[in-house]
Amino acid sequence: MQLWQYIGRRLVLMPILIIGITLLAFIVSHLVPADPLGMVLSERAMNNPEIVAAYRARWGYDLPLYQQYLVYVRNLAHGDLGDSIATQRPVLQDLAQFFPATLELTLAAMMFTIFIGIPLGIIAGIYRDAWPDHVARILALIGVSVPVFWLGLLLLNVFYFHLDWLPGPGRLDPDIPPPPPVTGLYTVDSLLAGQWTTFRNALAHLFLPALVLGSYTMGAVSRMTRSSLLDVLGQDYIRTARAKGLSHRAVILRHALRNALIPTVTIVGLAFGDLMSGAVLTETIFSWPGMGRYAVMAASFLDLQAIMGVTIIIATVYILVNLAADITYGLLDPRIRIGG
Amino acid sequence: MSETPVAMSAQSFTPPADKRVPAWRAGLRHLRRSHAAMIGLGIIFFWIFVALFAPRLSPYDPLAQDLMHRLQPPSSTHWFGTDELGRDIFSRVLYGARISMPLGMVVVALSSLIGMIIGGISGYVGGGVDEIIMRVADVFLAFPSLVLAMAITAALGPGLNNAMLAIVVVLWPTYARVIRGQVLAVKSRDYIEAARAIGAPSRRILLRHIFPNSYTPVFVKASLDVGAAILIAAGLSFIGLGAQPPIPEWGAMVSMGRQKFAQWWIATFPGLAMFTVVMGFNFLGDGLRDLLDPRIRRQG
Repeated sequence: MQLWQYIGRRLVLMPILIIGITLLAFIVSHLVPADPLGMVLSERAMNNPEIVAAYRARWGYDLPLYQQYLVYVRNLAHGDLGDSIATQRPVLQDLAQFFPATLELTLAAMMFTIFIGIPLGIIAGIYRDAWPDHVARILALIGVSVPVFWLGLLLLNVFYFHLDWLPGPGRLDPDIPPPPPVTGLYTVDSLLAGQWTTFRNALAHLFLPALVLGSYTMGAVSRMTRSSLLDVLGQDYIRTARAKGLSHRAVILRHALRNALIPTVTIVGLAFGDLMSGAVLTETIFSWPGMGRYAVMAASFLDLQAIMGVTIIIATVYILVNLAADITYGLLDPRIRIGG
Repeated sequence: MSETPVAMSAQSFTPPADKRVPAWRAGLRHLRRSHAAMIGLGIIFFWIFVALFAPRLSPYDPLAQDLMHRLQPPSSTHWFGTDELGRDIFSRVLYGARISMPLGMVVVALSSLIGMIIGGISGYVGGGVDEIIMRVADVFLAFPSLVLAMAITAALGPGLNNAMLAIVVVLWPTYARVIRGQVLAVKSRDYIEAARAIGAPSRRILLRHIFPNSYTPVFVKASLDVGAAILIAAGLSFIGLGAQPPIPEWGAMVSMGRQKFAQWWIATFPGLAMFTVVMGFNFLGDGLRDLLDPRIRRQG
């Protein structure tokens, strides 16, 4: 019951949180003491009085700051995130174009996280303080310590430049046309279109960046899975199960794992934030045309509208993913299910 | 005069079930038991040594250009090779420790201090103040760390100081949350009630009774966060928002080797240095967590 109340509260607070996100983004974008017009318009546009006047009216630059914020939110509510200086297009349109690439990369990295990170944590918990635990700990600590941009460069150098086993940067080889867009995920779209060559190529391009991006979360998730399992193993009902003579194996598989894995749902939700952080660097290394690379380009051009737009969108997606994770947790936990 | 003995006897109300203070002390004593923590400490001390003595250990000036010997592979004269401008990478890697090590520690010290003050107030005062502070913290936590740090650094202008400021802004809410939770847990204990009953002022209760009992999780988190702060700063430098040339910062150095697959040494060695430092802090933090977390501490 308690968790449902908590989730209900979270749902009520969600609009407040989103307002807070826009307010923070607004404050950050006004940290610059310089003329805000100079930050959102290119030099050529600044010389055109008509464009300058139109921008002043659109963003309310003549108004007091709090009214400027209201204008900003009103524009945001209409899906107007401003225009990018670099691409000369509405930021929302840019993001819609770059989002699927990031989604595909993040989902693939999440697969690595779940199918490698969680089993690694379980093994570590079962064989606590024995050699498999030590090996798992070292692997996990390598994962959380290695700088993703460095790992990406290193692996590209070895597997692409020296060994030529895997393709280079980008989502597809230059001579392969993208599959007809349905979902925007090249692996899925190529399968839907039955283009096997494209599918294999997209998958090969996806492998290395996803592995690199997932390295941090694999480590983090495996450590937390281990703690969760050890936590459960210390509880009374496990002692009871052992006392009635069940084998170690049966205790772990039938009693402990079931409960130990529930909190990992929340952890995986939180890992999504790390994946978004990592995507910024991973996409830069692998020339992956996603939101992270867009954010980096925007930051290096000091393209403020684009930076704020991408930041707000990423934060909003992140809190929605975490809310979904918490609801899933509530559905999985039998204590709450029976209570409700 | 009369306050001290009464306060002392108030302390003796501490129920024996409260293992926090002993766990912290025992943690330090038992640190030697954790191989991970000891390995981590060893690596950290090694890099502190390198940072302190970089001018003596470096064979070359880290900024000196030698265009006749640019892009040299590792050799007996240049152990880690030279970069595009003929600078000695070994010397630059050693000097890099003087940037990343203090940066990580200062950033974490500042964020934990700010977080402790704000979180302490939030948990202790409670009510509407607590609600507002925690909602503000939620907003900061809604952004993935590097994404928010990048936006702030871009807005403030590229540079190492702005990058550090941005990382502090990103990290403080996590400390505020942890400390608030601790304060709430400790606040209702009998000995705090007792201290309040005898009229100890709030500030004294916070500083003398609540904070000392809340250190443990902050300490574990801080050691893990030094590594995280170094990585975020290096990431910002890598995309051109942090350290500016010619500063020998590891992230910026890796970035120089980005388009040069044939000259693998340019990116490899600075990255390796960063990797080992961060691993040192993570080993320490992970070892500490195992020692101090009462839920999963080894029995006996």
